[in-house]
Amino acid sequence: MAMAVKLEKRLNPSAAMNVIVPLVSVLAAFVVGAIFLTLTDRDPLEVYTAMFKGALGSQYGLAETVVKAIPLMLCALGISAAFRMQLWNIGAEGQFYMGAFAASYLPLTYPQLPIWLMLPGMALLGCFGGGLWGLAPAMLRARWKVNEIITTLMFNYVAILWVDFLVYGPWKDPKGFNFPLTAKFPASAALPTFGDSRIHVGLIIAVVLAAVFWVVFEKSRWGFEIKVIGASEQAARYAGMNIRRNIYWVMLLSGAVCGLAGMAEVSGIVGRLQPNLSPGYGYTAIIVAWLSKLHPAAILLVSILFGALQVGGFFVQTMGVPASVAAMLQGAVLFFVVGGEFLTQYRFVSSRKEVA
Amino acid sequence: MKNRKFLILMTVVMALALVLTGCGGKKEEPKKEAPKAAEKLKVAFVYVGPVGDAGWTYAHDQGRKYLESKMPDVQTVFVESVPEGADSERVITQLVEQGAKVVFTTSFGYMDPTINVAKKYPGVTFMHCSGFKTAPNVGTYFGRMYQARYLSGIAAGKQTKSNTIGYVAAFPIPEVVRGINAFTLGVRSVNPQAKVKVIWTNTWYDPAKEKQAAMSLLDAGADVIAQHQDTPGPMQAAQEKGKFGIGYNTDMSKMAPKAVLTSPVWNWGPYYVKVVEGVKNKTWKNEQYWGSMKENVIDLAPFGPMVTDDTKKLIADSKKKIVDGTWDVFWGPVKDQTGAVKIAAGQKMSDADMLGFNWFVEGVDGTIPK
Repeated sequence: MAMAVKLEKRLNPSAAMNVIVPLVSVLAAFVVGAIFLTLTDRDPLEVYTAMFKGALGSQYGLAETVVKAIPLMLCALGISAAFRMQLWNIGAEGQFYMGAFAASYLPLTYPQLPIWLMLPGMALLGCFGGGLWGLAPAMLRARWKVNEIITTLMFNYVAILWVDFLVYGPWKDPKGFNFPLTAKFPASAALPTFGDSRIHVGLIIAVVLAAVFWVVFEKSRWGFEIKVIGASEQAARYAGMNIRRNIYWVMLLSGAVCGLAGMAEVSGIVGRLQPNLSPGYGYTAIIVAWLSKLHPAAILLVSILFGALQVGGFFVQTMGVPASVAAMLQGAVLFFVVGGEFLTQYRFVSSRKEVA
Repeated sequence: MKNRKFLILMTVVMALALVLTGCGGKKEEPKKEAPKAAEKLKVAFVYVGPVGDAGWTYAHDQGRKYLESKMPDVQTVFVESVPEGADSERVITQLVEQGAKVVFTTSFGYMDPTINVAKKYPGVTFMHCSGFKTAPNVGTYFGRMYQARYLSGIAAGKQTKSNTIGYVAAFPIPEVVRGINAFTLGVRSVNPQAKVKVIWTNTWYDPAKEKQAAMSLLDAGADVIAQHQDTPGPMQAAQEKGKFGIGYNTDMSKMAPKAVLTSPVWNWGPYYVKVVEGVKNKTWKNEQYWGSMKENVIDLAPFGPMVTDDTKKLIADSKKKIVDGTWDVFWGPVKDQTGAVKIAAGQKMSDADMLGFNWFVEGVDGTIPK
């Protein structure tokens, strides 16, 4: 075949491509969604308008989009720390649950603590719970090269079942008619909120953390080390970097931030520990981190986009659009971004041209 | 070079912004035109599963459709697959903001969110299914499904040859425990040798997992499968293995005609009409409604052809006593798994005790996680 097409790695993916490709990918996903909507006899413009209005078109919708985005921001930040080192921590969901569990210990055991002890204590415990849940797969990986994708994923199920065990068993509210809920937390265990919205201090924590992450990972020596290890473990070893120790630190940090997300959710939103705490924040956050190219500022923005997609997705249901449409749109976004990512890294060349 | 790239970038961003804001403004006017909607009483439903689940949510949605067909001046709207965490509070709020005057929240996990939203909208009536918290504008409603489960247990007890009946159960909460107990009492009323083997799936809605659980019960010797799950997965498993099953929520014989003996079913429609009429006539009170077989909120679906007339008669006799009020399922003597008498002869279990059921009756092979 004279006209055979070959893939060739781009040597220098351009900076603009890094921004344009994800944007075009998102747009393409919406176009595909529009085709689907048209095929099912719905006006896509009307549906997207309603989505936009429900999620961003009113003060309440906007606030709720942010509420939805906070756990995504925190989890995606946590995930991004590990991804930078090419450690594929897909255990954010489990780390979220362990953070929620550990943080719940304090208000359930010492409900009389004053707020200035309670909230920092819960935050610390949340980080601790999530961090340990990240550290365990890190040890398996660092010591025995156990694939962290498998272990972090498996740890998710363990964490969710652990929380289930607690709320069905020892932590069940004695006044709750044997329903699987813990007692309601005292008021001192609730993160302060802004105005009469449900936006809680977790937002500020996420923004500050994003700034810190940017400095640490883009400007500090350690951040550089992580990047080098991620790019080439052998080169890093040759340069005398301690890979094992860095695996520990990065996974601890990654898990701790996801754990903090769990703490923020039980404290700021739900007010008790219960099953089904997360509708998959830890998994959606993987998409967010990927779509953001691990950039902290982008993570904040993309989290809001995904928060809006979900809030808007529920909103359009009242027009008769089934719940699966919002889920399909999210899937389409990921699909196109991963595809687009491929195009920023590679290009198609015809083999004839290559010869010339 | 850098500048040009930046320009390209900005163009794309602005184009995107235009598209989005363009969408935002454009369609607003035609929306407000719909005058009929404003006159109608808007009733909203919040569902935990998809309306096509052929189970719990489907049954509620049938009720919604019934309501709409019986009351032409009512307009209904629903949101499906709403998770029980942070989302439900927003979904309920937005439904009220869109004009809903009555909101039915149909899963236990919506309890706190329903109460929270109700506080902000005292003029709206809320009905929460299966919970225990009320407020001036929040009532609860549920049905005594255990009565229908007892009756279906008679069919299962008569059908089994292996004397092992499998029960695919969602979560170890009182509602499910109560159902297993009632079913087992029904089984053993006609077949004292039979055992009911319980498997917990820890999910309400997971067709594959439910089916898998039923398969393992069938492998363990069960020849009738009962279920407290929201999909027909367990019934399909029974049919594939050439065994029998007792469905739940809706008549599941359509999905597994060779297997399904009968199904305890919900019949929400008439109750929904009653509530909405009450709200319209301002006679609604924030009661804790627990409807029984007599009120027809629960029933048994038509029997499959394999159910004998003899069995049907036994069931009809028991049903008559339940409807008459001369007897109910948890009237003593009832023994627990250890054989100890928990409800003495002549005693009746109170509603409060039933709502907090956390022990199994004799004949159940399974444990409640503590």
